[in-house]
Amino acid sequence: MNEKILEIKNLSVQYRADDATIYAVNNIDLSLSPGETLGLVGETGAGKTTVAKSIMGILPRAQAEITSGEIIYEGQDLLKLHEKEMQKIRGNKIAMIFQDPMTALNPVETIGSQIAEAIKHHNRISKIEARTRAGDMLEMVGIPRERYGEYPHQFSGGMKQRVVIAMALACNPQLLLADEPTTALDVTIQAQVLDMMRDLKEKLGTSVILITHDFGVVADFCKSVAVTYAGEIVEHGSVDQVFNNPLHPYTQGLFNSLPSLESKEHRLKPIKGLMPDPTMLPKVCRFCDRCEYAAEQCSKSAPNVVEIEPGHLVKCHRVKEDAR
Amino acid sequence: MTPLLEVYNLKKYFKTRGGMLHAVDDVSFILEKGRTLGVVGESGCGKTTLGRTILHLVDATGGKIVFDGKDITRPSRSELYTLREQMQIIFQDPFSSLDPRMTVGEAIKEPLQMRGGMSKSDMLAKTRQLMDTVGLASRFEHSYPHELDGGRRQRIGIARALSLDPKFIVCDEPVSALDVSIQAQIINLMLDLQEERGFAYMFVTHDLSVVKYMSDEIMVMYLGQVVEKAPADELFDNTLHPYSKALLSAIPIPKYPNNLKRILIKGEITSPINPKPGCRFAARCQYVQECCSKPQGLEEFKPGHYVACCRYKELLNLKEDK
Repeated sequence: MNEKILEIKNLSVQYRADDATIYAVNNIDLSLSPGETLGLVGETGAGKTTVAKSIMGILPRAQAEITSGEIIYEGQDLLKLHEKEMQKIRGNKIAMIFQDPMTALNPVETIGSQIAEAIKHHNRISKIEARTRAGDMLEMVGIPRERYGEYPHQFSGGMKQRVVIAMALACNPQLLLADEPTTALDVTIQAQVLDMMRDLKEKLGTSVILITHDFGVVADFCKSVAVTYAGEIVEHGSVDQVFNNPLHPYTQGLFNSLPSLESKEHRLKPIKGLMPDPTMLPKVCRFCDRCEYAAEQCSKSAPNVVEIEPGHLVKCHRVKEDAR
Repeated sequence: MTPLLEVYNLKKYFKTRGGMLHAVDDVSFILEKGRTLGVVGESGCGKTTLGRTILHLVDATGGKIVFDGKDITRPSRSELYTLREQMQIIFQDPFSSLDPRMTVGEAIKEPLQMRGGMSKSDMLAKTRQLMDTVGLASRFEHSYPHELDGGRRQRIGIARALSLDPKFIVCDEPVSALDVSIQAQIINLMLDLQEERGFAYMFVTHDLSVVKYMSDEIMVMYLGQVVEKAPADELFDNTLHPYSKALLSAIPIPKYPNNLKRILIKGEITSPINPKPGCRFAARCQYVQECCSKPQGLEEFKPGHYVACCRYKELLNLKEDK
């Protein structure tokens, strides 16, 4: 039961800019059970993509530095692996879908051969076999096999995203990192793609980390959710727990900021202010400047993670008072 | 009940190599003072072109535009000049719609300078007043756009649009590029300003929850045509057109469990180049029948609620059967 496919412990990542250090990810703990779908939500700059890139081992080496932590996958720490070993995992056991399907594909190579390339890289099979399997993948994501020899520009955005998904799933990965996979798509196409991803996930038993800023997509697709703010996870729990009983003031603020389709309030309740500058993060609670419940202790020390009920974790000093 | 903007059978076609691209085809509506018209649809449905055609950023191919009781379909240069003071636009992308070499103060002052007739000190006072109105702290007056975040940049765009006291503002996806917490700040600001100054918005977006929140009336567009038009709540309560239904059902609702009954539509938007007569959604519609190959006009279902579907009455009964 307690077996985890992925365990991130105390991960911190920093980027070096000209003369400042950007604290992108700060002491994040996260774990994923086999077959689980986790939504990683947060606003721009919250560090969501950096977490995914750390797992994949594709952080830009010149600027980024992992200053602490472990990423345990199948009993080994991915951060300690050599590039050669990592290459066997990346794209094979752990795959990633990027946000923008327009730039994720090579424009001068046919989509079929791009998928076949991924398959051939990780399996010792013949060209013909790779071709057949790439064709199978295309059909699996709902693209006719006959379009194997077409180039990315001949496809629409939604179709390109299907190609990218086919490529990511080509080697039947155990873990899929999907970074805003439907953000660039129209809602009706988003619904098609999410539906397809859900089917494939269930068929193949893949665990998924879905990075998004859209709570609607999380409600639709995920089982558990982690809310990130300024490089930290401020709330983590099942979708039921977080959506029906949001406890961190930031999570509550996000829900209040969303216009609802069901009721018409007079005005939305936005979170005041802005996210703190990631080069100068406060040592105390990072949300306290914007928090309506901020008390003295909030600007004195950083809060610890509190487990409110099994699996529902909140990083807030006053959460117990609020929860009553 | 004073109509501010009346648009009749507006058409905008673009010439392309493959033929005529029907970006906006036969769109009519009336917008009253102080009201908001939401225009929704997916990429390529012509919603942005509609806004631009009304503002004369592109010339209309056909139809008639009446603004404040005056026909402005073919304005002279001088008419256009005064017209532009009264009709403004807020763009989607606060990153590319601002001149990177102008400070915040200069950018907001620019429209005032263009109009002329104001002393330097008056202009400065007005600029500061505008910054205050949109919630930009005065310390940003000499900052450049790249130093600011998306929300603040969008505030500059709004201040520029407000500077000449317009009567009508086209908002082209003004909050799509912003994070939700910032998005809510900007939406509230736009609503406050409208209440205070009484201008009319045409709110163009693909985000249906935002458009419901902002609008009095909503038009759903598909491939250049209006397929349904209704008061905002009515559209969501009594959706008639199969495309509107699919579009509304595709919105992911941030609630758990959200019990979605999705209507998935097959395929993707077809080409707007040389479209066939008849319903443009027919190729993807699950209810398609013979009558769909004839041109569809908007029919009134209830006062104010129009739909362009020859089968909507049958489909209504279909729903009741279940």
